[in-house]
Amino acid sequence: MLVDQIKKRKESAKKNTANIDIPIGKWLKCDGCKEIVYKDDVRSNLNICPNCGHYFRMHIGRRLELIIDEGTYARFDFNIDTTNPLELEDYKKKLNALREKTGLEEAVSAGTGKINGEQVVICVMDSGFLMGSMGIVVGEKITYAIEKAIEMKLPFVMFSVSGGARMQEGIMSLMQMAKTVSALTKLDEAGLLYISVLTDPTYGGVTASFASLGDIIIAEPKAMIGFAGQRVIEQTIGESLPEGFQTAEFLLEHGFIDKIVERRELKDTLSKLIKLNKKEE
Amino acid sequence: MSNNNEVKMTAWEKVELARNPKRKTSLDYVEKIFDEFIELHGDRNFKDDKAIVCGLASIDGQSYTVIAEQKGRTTKENIERNFGMPNPESYRKAVRFMKQAEKFNRPIITFVDTKGAYPGIGAEERGQGEAIAKSIFEMARVRVPTVAIVVGEGSSGGALAISVADKIIMLENAIYSILSPEGYSSILWKDSSRSKEAAEKMKLTAEDLYEFKVIDKIIAEPKEVDNFAFEKITEEIKNEIMNTISELKKKGTEKLLEERYSKYRNMGEFIRL
Repeated sequence: MLVDQIKKRKESAKKNTANIDIPIGKWLKCDGCKEIVYKDDVRSNLNICPNCGHYFRMHIGRRLELIIDEGTYARFDFNIDTTNPLELEDYKKKLNALREKTGLEEAVSAGTGKINGEQVVICVMDSGFLMGSMGIVVGEKITYAIEKAIEMKLPFVMFSVSGGARMQEGIMSLMQMAKTVSALTKLDEAGLLYISVLTDPTYGGVTASFASLGDIIIAEPKAMIGFAGQRVIEQTIGESLPEGFQTAEFLLEHGFIDKIVERRELKDTLSKLIKLNKKEE
Repeated sequence: MSNNNEVKMTAWEKVELARNPKRKTSLDYVEKIFDEFIELHGDRNFKDDKAIVCGLASIDGQSYTVIAEQKGRTTKENIERNFGMPNPESYRKAVRFMKQAEKFNRPIITFVDTKGAYPGIGAEERGQGEAIAKSIFEMARVRVPTVAIVVGEGSSGGALAISVADKIIMLENAIYSILSPEGYSSILWKDSSRSKEAAEKMKLTAEDLYEFKVIDKIIAEPKEVDNFAFEKITEEIKNEIMNTISELKKKGTEKLLEERYSKYRNMGEFIRL
């Protein structure tokens, strides 16, 4: 149910050539205004459409560039692969092809870095890798990062973008929700700050686990965030959904996020929040 | 553990058994297993959502907090209980009872039977994702012994929310999975009609889950549960609850929590590169 939303987007992506920042030559078609925009203009504008202000989804590397002080990101030396618990025939092949295509190891990267001088443990997810879905590797890396934050007594910053739990790993993906949340109970006990940043889209088992448990929850404008996918809801209730349903603005109105922060303000907002949350020694 | 004189069932046959409207529901088990049961209502916030039933129960003088996902036994009850699909208020009620169990040092027994948390407009407005996440969070850290019993359909985050437990027991013909086979095939193969095929791939039977070490114990049941079989099954669950809780209590709170953490910490083997 979680990924219906994404399926819908995939369909529209087919129609629109591209809705993320993967270049088709030097040009991109914007999903917001449907205009063709020059890729370099988008990039130099924080991956925001210079024409209409639409937020493009970002590669992990680009997100880190925009949030973490130059030269301070140290990825955890923790390289793992899934055991393919459902023994699906093409799954490993698919993962390898994606690794080649995206240059990513998996749908999340975890490490330490500085945000305006503030040292943090940070995880960033990537929608370009199986829709940022959470299987064993994603769950394990996030859990590892949370445990590192506890060990190093650092704030934990999580950038979510995900369709939810990864179907290909079945029940073990569902268990990653319990695993990551268990680790968060320890982070909470240790009195450490957790800032959860929700980006477009965040759904399903990720919304229903770590993404919703931040001390502070921030979202990018217009990001789609929810538990159930929109098509599943429409099919269940037999009517179409109200305008603006499941947007960041909708969540803010209903009291489920603390703040919507523009991409250009995000880094400074994070470092301010971290500073304000420092405890007296 | 499986019934030897019956031919091994396919996963899909088990899905159908787990969903059979005539199958015993959580409250049937609760009423039979416990010496007494008093239902208590409401999340103290918005409403009493009836897809999860909470209350106090006892066996042989030992009190328990009961949290149970409940499908209807009649059409009328099904409508009242939203076909066992909880809204956020159900999970918030569950959390309220987890905290109370902790306050009074009472073990928690949960009964899992849902095709999933309800996908509706109101559910999203009132934070379905947050409600499930909080329930997982509280159950992961609650400082009393916990046992979850999967009696029917245990599907997706809606089931996980009340089944993060020290020990998980499963009926032989119950299922426990990331999503319904229909949802799974619709996402993976863009074709919800391939649900039978999905069921075989998903490893959602009690046997599969025992092998994955997701569950700890399978309780045998025949394909058709008559009164005699039901007596036998409930007796076995009752003994299992009593023995397991008494063992868990002996561990002491710190060790209990340590072992619970390490169990979930190690969910999902991986390969180091």
